[in-house]
Amino acid sequence: MVFKCNEEESFPRKCVSCARFIWTCGLAGITVVSRVFWILSTKVTEDCVCGVDTPQHKHASMQFGGRKMKTIESLQTELYGHCLQLYTQPPLENISLVEFEQFAVDRMKLLKTVENLGVTHIKTSEDYSKKLHAEVSSLNFPHRTEVSSALPSEYEKRRKDHISHFILRLAYCQTEDLRRWFIQQEMDLFRHRFNYLVSKSKSDFLHRNNLQYDTINAEEKNSLMEKLINSSYAFSGCTVEEQDFYKVPFQDALDLVRTRKVFLKDGFAYVPHQDIVTIVLNDFRTTLSKALALTARSLPMVQSDERLQPLLNHLSHAYVGQDYSIQKNIGKISLEQIDLLSTKSFPPCMRQLHKAVRDNHHLRHGGRMQYGLFLKGIGLTLDQALQFWRAEFLKGKVDADKFDKAYAYSIRHMFGKEGKRTDYTPYSCMKVILSNPPSQGDHHGCPFRHSDPELLKQKLQSYKISPGGINQVLELVKGMHYQLACQKYFELTHNIEDAGFSLNHPNQYFNESQKLLTGGKEVKRELESPQRALATQVAKALLATPSRSTHASEETMEDLDSFFQEE
Amino acid sequence: EMPVSDYEAACLPELLPLYYRRLFPFSQYYRWLSYGGGELTKNYFQNREFSFTLKDDIYVRYQSFSNQNELEKEIQKVIPYKIDIGAVYSHRPNQHNTVKSGTFQALEKELVFDIDMTDYDDVRRCCSSADICSKCWTLMTIAIHIIDRALRAEDFGFRHLLWVYSGRRGVHCWVCDEAARKLSVAARSAVAEYLTLVKGGEETVKKVQLSDPVHPFIKESLAVVRRYFVEYALVGQDLMGSRESVDKVLALVPDDILYLLQAENSVQRWEQLNSTIQDKQASSKKSYYTEEEIMLQYCYPRLDVNVSKGVNHLLKSPFSVHPKTGRISVPIDLKELDKFNPFDVPTISLICEELDRPRRAEKEEDKVRESDPDREEQRKVRDYKRTSLGKYVKLFDQFVEEMERSQKGELLKRSDLQKDF
Repeated sequence: MVFKCNEEESFPRKCVSCARFIWTCGLAGITVVSRVFWILSTKVTEDCVCGVDTPQHKHASMQFGGRKMKTIESLQTELYGHCLQLYTQPPLENISLVEFEQFAVDRMKLLKTVENLGVTHIKTSEDYSKKLHAEVSSLNFPHRTEVSSALPSEYEKRRKDHISHFILRLAYCQTEDLRRWFIQQEMDLFRHRFNYLVSKSKSDFLHRNNLQYDTINAEEKNSLMEKLINSSYAFSGCTVEEQDFYKVPFQDALDLVRTRKVFLKDGFAYVPHQDIVTIVLNDFRTTLSKALALTARSLPMVQSDERLQPLLNHLSHAYVGQDYSIQKNIGKISLEQIDLLSTKSFPPCMRQLHKAVRDNHHLRHGGRMQYGLFLKGIGLTLDQALQFWRAEFLKGKVDADKFDKAYAYSIRHMFGKEGKRTDYTPYSCMKVILSNPPSQGDHHGCPFRHSDPELLKQKLQSYKISPGGINQVLELVKGMHYQLACQKYFELTHNIEDAGFSLNHPNQYFNESQKLLTGGKEVKRELESPQRALATQVAKALLATPSRSTHASEETMEDLDSFFQEE
Repeated sequence: EMPVSDYEAACLPELLPLYYRRLFPFSQYYRWLSYGGGELTKNYFQNREFSFTLKDDIYVRYQSFSNQNELEKEIQKVIPYKIDIGAVYSHRPNQHNTVKSGTFQALEKELVFDIDMTDYDDVRRCCSSADICSKCWTLMTIAIHIIDRALRAEDFGFRHLLWVYSGRRGVHCWVCDEAARKLSVAARSAVAEYLTLVKGGEETVKKVQLSDPVHPFIKESLAVVRRYFVEYALVGQDLMGSRESVDKVLALVPDDILYLLQAENSVQRWEQLNSTIQDKQASSKKSYYTEEEIMLQYCYPRLDVNVSKGVNHLLKSPFSVHPKTGRISVPIDLKELDKFNPFDVPTISLICEELDRPRRAEKEEDKVRESDPDREEQRKVRDYKRTSLGKYVKLFDQFVEEMERSQKGELLKRSDLQKDF
């Protein structure tokens, strides 16, 4: 492979002396993972370790060797000196492929929680903070600021935080949608963790990251007191006195400047401590955005490594909850029940697939996979499945012989009775939404994602959903919250206020529905937390008919902006 | 006494060559746009885009020049009716077609502002569209006071600002600090938005809304407006002088204050309106900023954000001639801002006429020295000094000198920081 070097992009090059890729020079013994991160790094050093100094070495990656190893270690200690970081340095060390996968999955879970909480809670509320904090610590990510990194368990957490972020970059750099999602969740996570720090830790963080913003002394603050008070609506005399103000070059505080929410003097914005996170976040977003674009360009090289390829391909589609591969309730469902079940307990995606099978007596491969695995997940036995599909296909143009030869084989495959595939677990919502979009003649996919909104509306009408309910669903679809739309559909069809779970998987939908409908356990209504109440209120306000703009609805609008924040 | 020279656009083909040969201050112009020409701005001048509007409205872009001489020769050859200055690009603009697509980019440019009188048509009664008069010119004075203050130490900390009369109905501001030249599109747009208080187009009646707390910048701007308001708006524009005009003002007053005014003249009506507002304020928890909002809507500067936003935006060059009025785009002396009169700005016909006047007896120091290599230069200096353009070139000169002094200071500071032993 020959790499073209673009000065802006710091791609690795071939060393003219040792003819190895410069990024591999001296990196013998390091696993591919570290090499991968170094390709993606925007940092370059000068020399190739083979010692020859030619212009082409200008874009070499890092050096190894005796004393230089120490530099790496000390760099790491530096990096993990604070529980929070900006992810500017890629990992420099060995990690095993097992760790690679575990770290990735854990961070995925964390980001998914960030997403879910972010849509159902106000991001600055105490409830949000508490729940997110709980998740952070349960997944073993760093969450306590007073603990020093000298403690091995804390060091491990920070290392995991660092590495897992970079692994997910590989998975999430590939499309605009994925990048946007990743940046949004990482920013929300960062904001939460930063706000959780005590004041001293915040200052410490700023200094470590060369955000050399100085605070103003008491004298200067007093002389500017009135102006500081009047420069933002959040202030009164006492809050100005209590918190630190940082002098930030105005170019670093554009959001505050643009909206005139900060005091300016001689080119500096006087940013209160409470707003400093906005500044840091801007920086974070810009840097991450650039890095992801760079990562995407370098990705082909990474994907060519067979060890990483399957991991990376599936990572962004990775489902991180229960995978419903182990069947429970096997045989508890009879084939005669399926029609009724499809209208009562199937999510719309499966309901429409079932209808297609009944109507057309046929289903294409994509649909067979999605629906077939779902049926396995709800408890159909292999025999039942074979019976079901056979009956339908024979009603279609397929003759018995062909069915037994071709289709039956693949059904047995699904049940693990042929070959040794481990991939055949029922599809999660993520997988249905993100992979294999349906084309003409297909019925698979996610109706909320893949159906034309008009058609979706008609379908919901035919399912006898109320017009108000349909609007709520469509609003969520507009905001690209497909799983929440489905969850709303669940709530509407089961006549409840709050589903009580976060929808991630069609089989989860089915199980929850059955739980509700077959009684047995009393479905506990979650006590209306103030945030829940507010969220419901806000959602209601959003979906109410817009009236003449009054002051009150303007306020609601402002809440809604943060509620359904995309960027 | 200065003879009145009638300017006619038809004379341009004759006057322009004379102007470009003997009066246009190329030397200072080149020094300005080179920005020191040291390590930091090595190819600054060469990579700068100029655009020319030639006779018959032919417009050519991506003009660039290696040095002052080339610039002079070209201008004297093609005789542009109008000169615009654009951005400093990554490559020479006149070679942009040879550069790989996507890599030819605008890198830096001064931060600029364009304030145009036509944007105030809805609030001035004396003139409309391209017309201006001494009455409404006050709006420009107010605008310059407010924006200049904000761009300097008060808010943004810039130091090298060149305010220029556009030649007809407005003013431009060139912010030349290094930091300003390097601003991103987002930053320029943020600065422009920070400075914007009057919002809304044809459909919007009330274009200024204030609420608590009132930002210090707005307070300071109001202080400037107050200095001029009575004289400009109440007397000059006779804002409260006619039914129609009063109705327009009252349209900005909230319903709960609205009151029929019976006073004698503009000033009294205004006072009555204000006392009504004050009475209302005294008995209410809500904050009323009606008086301030009206003043700002009638007087606060209106910027064209699009001019300021773009790094590659082209703006009329200082010392360019305005083809319709013949007036030269001259720098404005901020120390005498309140005395500036656009109708006193020399036209190209005037200064060309002044050139032809018989010379006065030469003073000793004006005599050309035989061995002087800058003979041409010296002669030029004597030339524009003899015309009304002289004082404006001097202003420009001072501006460039101050920048050069500042640049030297910066260089010293930087080399001090990088002391090599």
